[in-house]
Amino acid sequence: MNKVYNNRAWFLILPMLMLVAFSAVIPLMTVVNYSVQDVFDANTRFFTGTEWFEVMLNDPALQAALLRQFAFSFTILAIEVPLGIGIALLMPKRGWQASAVLILITLPLLIPWNVVGSIWQLFTRGDIGLMGVGIRELGYAYNITRNPADAWATIILMDVWHWTPLIALLCYSGLRSIPDAYYQAARIDRASKWAVFRYIQLPKLTNVLVIGVLLRFMHSFMIYAEPFVLTGGGPGSSTTFLSQSLTTMAIGQQDLGPSAAFSLIYFLIILLVCWVFYTAIMNSQKDNTTQGGA
Amino acid sequence: MAQITLKSLAHSYSPSPSGPEDYAIREMEHVWHQGGAYALLGPSGCGKSTLLNIISGLLTPSDGQVLFDDRVVNELAPEERNIAQVFQFPVVYDTMTVYDNLAFPLRNVGTPAAKIRERVAEVADVLDLTSLLKRKARNLTADEKQKVSMGRGLVRDDVSAILFDEPLTVIDPQLKWKLRRKLKEIHERFNITMIYVTHDQLEASTFADKIAVMYEGQVVQFGTPRELFETPAHTFVGYFIGSPGMNLMEVARTEEGVRTGTVDLTLPPALRNAIHRSRSRNIKLGIRPEFVEVLTEPGEASYPVEIDNVQDLGTYRIVSFTFAGMPFRARLGEDRPLPRRHAYVRFPEAWLNLYIDEFRVEVGQ
Repeated sequence: MNKVYNNRAWFLILPMLMLVAFSAVIPLMTVVNYSVQDVFDANTRFFTGTEWFEVMLNDPALQAALLRQFAFSFTILAIEVPLGIGIALLMPKRGWQASAVLILITLPLLIPWNVVGSIWQLFTRGDIGLMGVGIRELGYAYNITRNPADAWATIILMDVWHWTPLIALLCYSGLRSIPDAYYQAARIDRASKWAVFRYIQLPKLTNVLVIGVLLRFMHSFMIYAEPFVLTGGGPGSSTTFLSQSLTTMAIGQQDLGPSAAFSLIYFLIILLVCWVFYTAIMNSQKDNTTQGGA
Repeated sequence: MAQITLKSLAHSYSPSPSGPEDYAIREMEHVWHQGGAYALLGPSGCGKSTLLNIISGLLTPSDGQVLFDDRVVNELAPEERNIAQVFQFPVVYDTMTVYDNLAFPLRNVGTPAAKIRERVAEVADVLDLTSLLKRKARNLTADEKQKVSMGRGLVRDDVSAILFDEPLTVIDPQLKWKLRRKLKEIHERFNITMIYVTHDQLEASTFADKIAVMYEGQVVQFGTPRELFETPAHTFVGYFIGSPGMNLMEVARTEEGVRTGTVDLTLPPALRNAIHRSRSRNIKLGIRPEFVEVLTEPGEASYPVEIDNVQDLGTYRIVSFTFAGMPFRARLGEDRPLPRRHAYVRFPEAWLNLYIDEFRVEVGQ
């Protein structure tokens, strides 16, 4: 082998580098730039180092929002993933029923975020909303503007309604791709329904579920329009999530430095959680013995 | 452990079959004896896999009965039939280790752990899987996976039968041979009925004691490899078994004798009489290329022919010639003299088979 060294070949990656620069690096650097300065006007700015980061990390309101954010994301994942899998398992496999159910299930996914918020805002109103009036008729004083628990439950219900279809669709496609021979072999091996789910269906769904969970985690961690329209973050700050806090700070108060620092922290948290999750899943698929080595 | 009987069995995938063409399996009677090593041989689409799935219970036949010993099992699901089946493409449980894969069929019926350990160790040893037992099945190569699939069938020592549906399709040629030997070994050791579906005659004859040849949804012959070779019961068997297949000539009755194309045949009286007794218009004579004699000089009951070409295949040669307008082949040992162009051929009467309406007719001497 005669390897030819020609460093001009590096120029070939220039287009890719520029693309990534414009799509990710430059916008991100703008934020980094703000996060380490205190900007008064176009000509007056001071370098602040890590000060904004310290302020942000020690802000009790933001800490509370972060905790709420985690609680929200993990709750909806814990509901939507099993529910989505369950729906996918129950969906008809062929014929017109399959198409009909697919369309019905997909409907919520086609509605824009703030419209979803408005729909649920009307739906849950105590005076005219079907759900609001309905629950009150049953004897429970349902009120999302007064009672934090009601507000929480409603936001979670709304998210489950809006996004479980995504998990269901992903799982449905995953289930459809399992060859018949697996089910036949399982019958021959006298496997129970549970064993078929546990050892055939679930493993074959791993890949689509990884995508589903990552998408849903990122989405829900950044949730903004729906709770903002539905509850405005209240009552009090009980449903104020991170995005809303950030928007208030950046747009409402024009605190560019702190909000830039906060954006970066926000971004790193999402990155970290996704990385941990993905690495954990991938590691679980490897052989846990060193013997033989693949 | 069971004798498997197929009683007036037929199967059609169409809900309202109108003719025999609509049947994937045409009505048949068949018995697979306990402990036999059988092959089910036939071209793609002849109904072999359908028949196998009917035996295992993955398919319910539209007509007739499947019996395990004296018990009708039509209504029983595969899980209740206690039968093992290995599919064409390897099926492994990805997230389990090889050990767990092999133990799976036993665990599903609550076999004691000690017994499972013993069986898995034994099967792993036979299939050379011992060193892989702790590996996850998803990381294996295709042939290792197929060995695991087979192992899951073999691990159950009480099964009625083990069915193989072209199990070596994905396996490398050298390994194929080794695995076939293994299966044979296992068969001798455990004395389990095995039915092996394949379209490869070599695979069938090395594995099986008796071969069922299927053609258009029917078992056209059930016999030892030798019987299939020497006395094919159907023209299809003649054509399908052997390399190259049997030479077949359509014959017609004349006042005096029998003629094919423009050639009057010199036939022994018994054969000629049998042809004359038949009312059918579909009469054929068949002879294997191995038994055609090629001569340089005319002899008794010989016919002059023109040799078209000769293929030298090392230890033997395939001679192609035209006889009565039909392409014929003869297989000659390398030591036999070979005429250049003009030759004479003889069809020894002992090896001439008579087919009326495609099925072989025994001719008394």
